[in-house]
Amino acid sequence: MLKRSIVVLVLSLCAPFVSAAEYGLLVPERSRIAFTSKQMGVPVEGEFKRYKVDVSFDPQRPETGRARIEVEVDSIDAGSKDANDEVRSKGWFDVKRFPVAAFVAEAGSVRALGGNRFEARGKMSIKGRTRDVVVPFTYGTEGTEAVLEGSIPILRTQYGIGEGAWSDTSVVADEVPVRFRLVLKPR
Amino acid sequence: MSVERYTRTAVLLHWLVALLVLGLFPLGLYMADLPLSPTKLKLYSYHKWAGVTVFALALLRLLWRLRHAPPPLPASQPAWQRRAAHAGHLLLYGFMFAVPLSGWLMSSAYGFTTVWFGVLPLPDLLDKNEALGDALKLVHRYLNYAFMALVAGHILAAFKHQWIDRDGTLDRMSWVKQESSC
Ligand code: HEM
Repeated sequence: MLKRSIVVLVLSLCAPFVSAAEYGLLVPERSRIAFTSKQMGVPVEGEFKRYKVDVSFDPQRPETGRARIEVEVDSIDAGSKDANDEVRSKGWFDVKRFPVAAFVAEAGSVRALGGNRFEARGKMSIKGRTRDVVVPFTYGTEGTEAVLEGSIPILRTQYGIGEGAWSDTSVVADEVPVRFRLVLKPR
Repeated sequence: MSVERYTRTAVLLHWLVALLVLGLFPLGLYMADLPLSPTKLKLYSYHKWAGVTVFALALLRLLWRLRHAPPPLPASQPAWQRRAAHAGHLLLYGFMFAVPLSGWLMSSAYGFTTVWFGVLPLPDLLDKNEALGDALKLVHRYLNYAFMALVAGHILAAFKHQWIDRDGTLDRMSWVKQESSC
């Protein structure tokens, strides 16, 4: 009897760690929002250095998951000095008028795809234009933390990123997938 | 007198490289001053593709040259001229490798992989490092200035042989068989 109650006690103590918790506190040092643009067939790496993340995710109950990621567009590093000056301009991100790009997925928009794979349906807003996007991601753990990794499909011309002569997608490809790696602590 | 000539392969490679290099000089100078635009990105890519092609052709030339010694220079030429010609040609080989190599390394240091004809990615020999990229840009520029001067000397020497010495030197490197008239 005593033995059994000890087992139960130990199990229940461990429970918060073993069974899934709800994750939500970002660990910025180990998180990253990056993208790869393709120029004349050459992949060029870039990233956003500053962003705010309000995510709630429980792998056992994905339907409760929700996300709001706000990226400070001016924190972009597009891979070179020239590009960094260019992409802030009107024909690209027009950062003065549109300082924030946001991805929002309301509660109920996340579903499990089996294994460690999930999918969130949400709205991507850049430069004042909003599009529906489906974002596949995986869930993993590092110690007590959750690691969500995935990619937001983005066609830059749908948001007016690179207008005029730059809308030529044979020079700069239309697809600029934005990859994220979010490390989250349990709430 | 009919001149001894370079092999057809050597002649073909010579003129291919000449065409590319003489196109790359003005292209490089022109594109570098353009403001950023899709056209500039295109020209940079064409420049890189053509430049890497020069590198590849230079390799072929060198390999061919090692197995096919060119016909000896006419004994009528003073020894200093023959030595100058050899030294000049050796230097030209050096530039055919060093100039594209410096461009490739520069791109690598700036974080741009060189993708030959948009299809074949070349290895990035350097990690991204903008300061190093700036330095290599100058290296590429000054190597090019020296290369241009040497190529100009090369061409002037060819003209001198053709029109002043009239010794059939240009025929050695020409494709069509000609009887030289000396
Ligand atoms: C025989 C081959 C080559 C020749 C004759 C050549 C010639 C030149 C010349 C004359 C310039 C202008 C220099 C200046 O005004 O600063 C230039 C610039 C440049 N070259 Fe080359 N080049 C060659 C190969 C390459 C290769 C293989 C690459 C890269 C893979 C390359 C990349 C560049 C770049 C990026 C610039 C522009 C630098 C800037 O932004 O100012 N070049 N080249």
